[in-house]
Amino acid sequence: MPPRLRRILPLAAIAAVAIAAPLLFPAYRTQMALLWVMVIFALTWDVVGGQMGYNSFGNVFFFGVGMYACAIVQRDAGLDYYSGLAAGVALGTVLAVLAAAVIGAGLLGLRGHYFAIGTLGLGIAAAEIAAAWEYVGGGSGLVTPVFPGDIENRTLFYYSLCLAVAVLTFFTLRWLYAGRFGLAINAIRDDEDKAEAMGLRTTRYKTVAWCVSALFLGMTGGLVGNMMGFIDPRDVAFAGATFGVWMVLMAILGGKGTLWGPVIGAVVFHVTQELFWTYLLGWQRVALGLLIVLIVVFFPQGILGWMRERWPERFGHRVEEAPATGRRA
Amino acid sequence: MAQALLEVAEVSKRFGGVIANRNVSLAVPDGGIIGLIGPNGSGKTTLFNSIVGHHPIDGGSIRFEGREISKLRVPEIARLGLLRTFQQTRVYTKMTCLQNMRISVPAREAGFLGMFAPFAPEVDERAEALLEFTGLYAKRHLRAGELSFGQQKLLEFAMALMAEPRLLLLDEPTAGINPTLINGLVERLKRVNADLGITLLVIEHNMRVIMNLAEHIYCLAHGELLAEGPPAAIRHDQRVLDAYLGAH
Amino acid sequence: MSNLQILFQAPVFSLQLLVDGILVGALFALVAYGMALIWGVMGIINVAQGELVMLGGYVTLMLYHAGWSPFLGIPAAAIVLYLVGWALYRTVIWRIVDRDLFISLLATFGLSILIQQLANQAFGANVETARSGLGTISLLGGDLTVSEIKLVAFVAAFVVAGALMAFLRYSRLGQAIRATAQNARAARVLGVDTQRVYATTFALNAAICGAAGALVAMTWIVHPYLGLTYTVRSFMIVVVAGLGNLVGVIVAGLGLGAAETFAGFILGAEAQAAFVFSLLVAILVLRSLLLHRQRKVLR
Repeated sequence: MPPRLRRILPLAAIAAVAIAAPLLFPAYRTQMALLWVMVIFALTWDVVGGQMGYNSFGNVFFFGVGMYACAIVQRDAGLDYYSGLAAGVALGTVLAVLAAAVIGAGLLGLRGHYFAIGTLGLGIAAAEIAAAWEYVGGGSGLVTPVFPGDIENRTLFYYSLCLAVAVLTFFTLRWLYAGRFGLAINAIRDDEDKAEAMGLRTTRYKTVAWCVSALFLGMTGGLVGNMMGFIDPRDVAFAGATFGVWMVLMAILGGKGTLWGPVIGAVVFHVTQELFWTYLLGWQRVALGLLIVLIVVFFPQGILGWMRERWPERFGHRVEEAPATGRRA
Repeated sequence: MAQALLEVAEVSKRFGGVIANRNVSLAVPDGGIIGLIGPNGSGKTTLFNSIVGHHPIDGGSIRFEGREISKLRVPEIARLGLLRTFQQTRVYTKMTCLQNMRISVPAREAGFLGMFAPFAPEVDERAEALLEFTGLYAKRHLRAGELSFGQQKLLEFAMALMAEPRLLLLDEPTAGINPTLINGLVERLKRVNADLGITLLVIEHNMRVIMNLAEHIYCLAHGELLAEGPPAAIRHDQRVLDAYLGAH
Repeated sequence: MSNLQILFQAPVFSLQLLVDGILVGALFALVAYGMALIWGVMGIINVAQGELVMLGGYVTLMLYHAGWSPFLGIPAAAIVLYLVGWALYRTVIWRIVDRDLFISLLATFGLSILIQQLANQAFGANVETARSGLGTISLLGGDLTVSEIKLVAFVAAFVVAGALMAFLRYSRLGQAIRATAQNARAARVLGVDTQRVYATTFALNAAICGAAGALVAMTWIVHPYLGLTYTVRSFMIVVVAGLGNLVGVIVAGLGLGAAETFAGFILGAEAQAAFVFSLLVAILVLRSLLLHRQRKVLR
């Protein structure tokens, strides 16, 4: 099979499934939309976590900013549904990016454990603040406006938007990883002191990376808030075993530090979760804790990482004596 | 006399109660190869770290190309063209050799949008040429972490060259290298100095290497400058011999 | 903010808050001491630290419901949690001791969720206290009340910490632990069984948390979700005090207790958790900025 076709085929297959599935199975549209949301979560975590080595437990903060900002614009701006949604998502995205830039100025100066736990504090503080602040609904949360249309259109509309953002995220990251940016953040991960000693503008790269994550998370937040119809501050919390910790788990499961790893991990995780959640009857979160320990201890390289170790040549890691163009030393 | 490329004047640095460097001065002329020797604990690496901006200094001045750099941070100094290699050899272990080279392209030119730019084909050509120069061409697609220690040292050296430095500080470049390969390394060092015009400041413990390589040598002991001069003079300097053999 | 005015108008309220804060702060310091122990000896940050405290609280609660005095909970919880800690080490922790920080952090985090949710399933999410039956002491003509159990807990915390310190200094195993903390490889070469040292250290930490949990059950409340706040508090205290600085841990612990109590009063009880986690972020950022000026990094 020619290499061009080999690269396009998986994407084409996914595109076909992504477009056909909501039409064939309309009852599951929201779950499928959530699958794309999971993909976005995993991909955005991996930019800063797997690719750059800054394991953030607080990315859900930016998701929350997007979600709340959008809902508040929709509540207070007095626009019609679609304009309000567009304005809300736009503002949510901008605020999320700004938040990442500002918070990053403080937290990205931390390394290792300190960054991880600092972002953990961030994620939880965000939920607690949201629950206590009356302007954003306090403990009772916020309600998003009713969709002007029937449920068929609504689910399809939001599915399409989630799919679109997921696609946008994927291709943006693919572009980023192909150039200087991708290597720079990998260098920061492998040896940040060395990167500095080589003159790399590490602060700038770190901040931009987190802002890129925040951008797509903020965008998604607005969409999910509207898709669910109701915003609960506990959704933004980390310890509540919802989106927050799942991001990390999905990226690891699929193989962190790769482009497709988080995607694979998200799909496997979400599908498994949807199938088994109801059977576990209240023990889901126990299972989640157990799953984290098992994966982290026994399978930290994830699916793609395992494949890369098994077949390094397939990933391009080989000794190549004869130069392709016939040049000699 | 022409201004030296690097001028270290009366630099002092202490860590808590320990005085690591006291009033050390040295000058590195443009295009030269200068050696820095001294027994363990004499403050050589501390001086290196001071020069590259790893920590603030307590006194004195450091001028590079006439410009005071003692208040600058490590990445800024590196972007001015002053690079260093590490004693324990640091490379990006999870990236391939070629990727290590690519990311070592000089960081000076990139503006904000330059962060996202793809690599031009010339970059790869230069990277491959330098990898050939250090004998790592065949391994360019292997992850750097899989190389042997000696090969990683060569990779680190190649990466430093890729970054087009004006001045390269080498911290014990032959440490841990198989003796049969040391000559090859010394030859390469001389070549980059002669052909590419890169000025070198080298910390070395291997006397044979440094006497062969350097045109001027500074010897530190107990944090202070003990002696300086051409290799022939240093070799016979009684103070230097005493310092190494611990005459006190 | 009207609460803030009360503090200025009636200074004795401030004194009350300060006393209450310091009393509870001793418990924070105790748990932080355990976390510092593991961190120093094994290089692991135990995110499940708070969950161990929570379990100690539940052991005490169970004794209390069975009709026993909750004071028995202190030794009972210590023993039970010692065994739990030992078991955790032998099953999970030993696999992550020499691995990179991300794995150890995430693994203990997974453990914390596992334990937390198991407790939720087993005990339900209700909030409970093990009543000690002690009264309150009135000072300053009734303006200042000191709850006796909090005073007992304060003293008990120091006793437990003191016992641990004595063990570390004077016993053979304690010395082995300290040697391993300084240089594990050298200790191993000299014949110290590092696995046993690590297991014992982890178990001791669990025991400390258990005892602290028993005290928490008597002075405060127990519920399955109290863990994370304790973990974060311990981490903050260790970050501020630095490893190996026992006096610093005590001062930071008492200080944190006081700060939290004041914040809870001024901002309201719901905001107290927000305060704790925001303070964590603030402390880290501040520490990082201060180090940055010396071109150092908090690692």
